[in-house]
Amino acid sequence: MMLRGLTKLTWIEIKIFMREPLGAIGTIVIPVLVFLVLGRVANFKSAPSTLVVSGYSGSGLPALVALLIAISAVLSLVTIISIYREGGILKRLRATPLRPQTILTAQVLVKLILTAATVALMLLAGKRYFPPGVHVPWFSFTLALLITTCSILSIGFLIASIVPTARFAQPIGAIVLYPMLGLCGLFVPLSYLSPPLQAAARALPLTYAVNLLEGIWRGDPWSAHLGDLAALTVAFILCTALSAKVFRWE
Amino acid sequence: MAAVIEVAGVRKTYGRTVAVDEASFAVLEGEIFGLIGPNGAGKTTTMECIEGLRKPDRGVIKVLGLDPIRNVYQLQERVGVQLQQAQLQKRIKVWEAVDLWASLYKKKSADAERLLEQLGLADKRNAWFMNLSGGQKQRLFIALALINDPEVVFLDELTTGLDPQARHAIWDLVRGIRERGKTVFLTTHLMEEAERLCDRVAIMEHGRIIDIDTPARLVARHSPERTVILATEDSGAAARFQTIPGVEEVACVGNQFTIRGRGDDLVTAVIHCLSESRIRVTDFRTVLPSLEDVFLKLTGRSIRE
Repeated sequence: MMLRGLTKLTWIEIKIFMREPLGAIGTIVIPVLVFLVLGRVANFKSAPSTLVVSGYSGSGLPALVALLIAISAVLSLVTIISIYREGGILKRLRATPLRPQTILTAQVLVKLILTAATVALMLLAGKRYFPPGVHVPWFSFTLALLITTCSILSIGFLIASIVPTARFAQPIGAIVLYPMLGLCGLFVPLSYLSPPLQAAARALPLTYAVNLLEGIWRGDPWSAHLGDLAALTVAFILCTALSAKVFRWE
Repeated sequence: MAAVIEVAGVRKTYGRTVAVDEASFAVLEGEIFGLIGPNGAGKTTTMECIEGLRKPDRGVIKVLGLDPIRNVYQLQERVGVQLQQAQLQKRIKVWEAVDLWASLYKKKSADAERLLEQLGLADKRNAWFMNLSGGQKQRLFIALALINDPEVVFLDELTTGLDPQARHAIWDLVRGIRERGKTVFLTTHLMEEAERLCDRVAIMEHGRIIDIDTPARLVARHSPERTVILATEDSGAAARFQTIPGVEEVACVGNQFTIRGRGDDLVTAVIHCLSESRIRVTDFRTVLPSLEDVFLKLTGRSIRE
């Protein structure tokens, strides 16, 4: 019964999201384009061999774009939750037999589905830039990204729980999430960072996400990344528990 | 008639503000019951406590015999709710909203297509919520509140912000809900709405219920004043008007007289005096007190303030 409400709500939310002027373009087309453009650049043999670019040709680029997809999903979730709260939509949905957790789960499912769709599209479209003979772990990589997305979506929920109004949702989310991207080891290896920054990086779930995504892309077995999975799970549990305490419905 | 909603000694505070203070009342089966009062009187908080959306600090609430907090999901199955200032997703289509809501209830839902037809939304079924007019949005919210064929319907400030024409149309719809045997519990700060729509009203101010009764009895109880305004050229009229039993004040501007008194017999007495003294009048009308006057009298201030 509640499952019926969940699937219906999720499906309607997906349709609504695709009707947004920037919905499909922002979340699906742009990340795929970024991947294709950067993939091209990275494939030029003459490109200067900076840390960043050399990373692209390996597992860095897929991990970066995957994270961008996840972060944009999180920002969109934060915005939608705060708009729904401000507009009384959450409250209106609650005044039905729907369970509160069903309402929020539907929003998470929408983001996970769109994330999976985007990364699948990205891998498909980027196929010709991958060096020949490279085995792309489609399924594992998508799964790793979904686990990552779950973990940072829980950070998103925490942000959505505390932002005062919808106007602040996107900027506050960006301020929290994008700096993490700089520290997570994608652009500069952790060993190059000063000890305090290294410590900070180790406290961020994104660092473990990068490790996991890059590893899975390279073809590591899941067993090599149990630590990363544990860290992402801890972040998920912590943020979910916290936001369950502070979440406001109106 | 059986009480469908029972509220006893309910209190709700936000920090140091007392939103609802010892509210007690009962709503009977099949009636339209109105909670009236100015904005900020505590009407919405009271209603949301009854709907199970808020937990009162103390007091007992029973709706259809259920505890709105402990049995909230059972209750939601059997009631319909329209919230003040609620929105839907901007780009949800009318039929999608109705279809979603219909899927949320265990009970077989009301005929959605007929409901849209009745509410004049049939030709808007593919429109996005954001493109509906204020009246259409409210009618959609009524449709959502009725989709599970509820036993009790809650309507919070249903016609606020609507033009008079849309308002009258909505009033007809609400009467239609009662005709289907359902109980309606509504809040409004529009006295005209309460007077025209409600079988009984509770007047609320500063979180307290001041009085409960039918609009007519509230007026009779609290505002027995009657006023007759008439126009006559008869120069001796004023002296005769003074002698009418029940008259308290006669004011005269030009040829227009305003006769104030109290009691239902005043108007008859004035007419009797006119015919007996053969006073020729060119205008005659009565001004009866309304709920608005009752409110002014009970609270010492106008509801619009």
